[in-house]
Amino acid sequence: MPSDEGVYLYAVTRAEDQACPEGLTGVSGLPVRSLAHRGLAALYSLVPLAEFGEERLRRSMEDLSWLEATARGHHQVVEALARMLPTAPVRLVTVYHGEDQLRRLLDERRDDFVAVLSHVAGRSEWAVKAYAEPYESAPGEESGPEDDRPGLAYLKRRRAGLRGREAVWRRAAARAEFVHEALMSVAVEGRLHRAQDPQLSGREELMVLNGAYLVDEDRADEFSRVLGGLDGDGVTVELVGPWAPYSFTALEGEAARGAAP
Amino acid sequence: MSAPARSSPYLRQSSIPGTPGGRESANLGDILERVLDRGVVIAGDIRVNLLDIELLTIKLRLLIASVDTAREMGIDWWEHDPWLTGGHRELADENRRLRRRLTALEETLALRGGEGRSGRIRERSPEAAEHAE
Repeated sequence: MPSDEGVYLYAVTRAEDQACPEGLTGVSGLPVRSLAHRGLAALYSLVPLAEFGEERLRRSMEDLSWLEATARGHHQVVEALARMLPTAPVRLVTVYHGEDQLRRLLDERRDDFVAVLSHVAGRSEWAVKAYAEPYESAPGEESGPEDDRPGLAYLKRRRAGLRGREAVWRRAAARAEFVHEALMSVAVEGRLHRAQDPQLSGREELMVLNGAYLVDEDRADEFSRVLGGLDGDGVTVELVGPWAPYSFTALEGEAARGAAP
Repeated sequence: MSAPARSSPYLRQSSIPGTPGGRESANLGDILERVLDRGVVIAGDIRVNLLDIELLTIKLRLLIASVDTAREMGIDWWEHDPWLTGGHRELADENRRLRRRLTALEETLALRGGEGRSGRIRERSPEAAEHAE
């Protein structure tokens, strides 16, 4: 391997004949390779360090169009693999010096990867978001009986508005909690993620639930039906999936490190 | 002004089955959230990884974490909600109780001081001051 190349790791899976789909490309349109070692396989690409070296990445990670293309390239490999085999996705831009290090990784973390892969085998991740409908002040809040004192009337209106809005959010959050509990009766495992900013979700309503659920493949329809019955009461639900099990593959001992930004 | 009824649940496929490469239907935000914030983190023995890059700059923080937006909109209790943050439920309940009492007290004060002093009281009320448009 030339010294100006790095090893970009996408995911770890079980070593099987079909571990690397024919013609699959990843980041920067580069071909994806598979390295099998002791029953595990790592999917990776050889990447030019001119693009994937640390110094360059500091700048390009700030470039949203580069980031989008790279994230999609990464995700494409993970999803293609997850459709065939149990998959442990690796975080974006994990770049090694060489294939030897991948082999060492599969050696040292073998038990962890085996445990994670058997946990997600035959299961998919489903994303559920719930949005609270926007608060609209009731007509009664707009005018009070004490209009002769505008300052006080204003203050009371503000308070009523804030209280009304807060009550709406509380109801929505309680509703979202109920949704989460109902889904957990079908899911194997659930994770609550930080709610997304409207800029990210692309919706104006505030998100009150951003959950990920690991669901047995033969219960996916049931999961969807349960969710379907939970829409309403000031909350709109959205189901996206199936995803590779991004939220359920933290390795033992790495979780704490992963949680810190 | 009310939104039209939405069919439920709204299902978006994260990928189009059987069309390799046709994954544009997955929302970029959802993908970024996953590839940047989840998945296996491997430390040590690595040439480059996200932890080295200090990726979560202010810009990306804004995209990924919504807490700031929530606070701007006056729902900072969100931050203390154990269910949304994984924190401690009793603390949050106590926090809510205290906030309710505080609001009640502030209101009593506002009503008492209403004559000629509402401007000053408004200044002293963080909620009203913060969210006045």
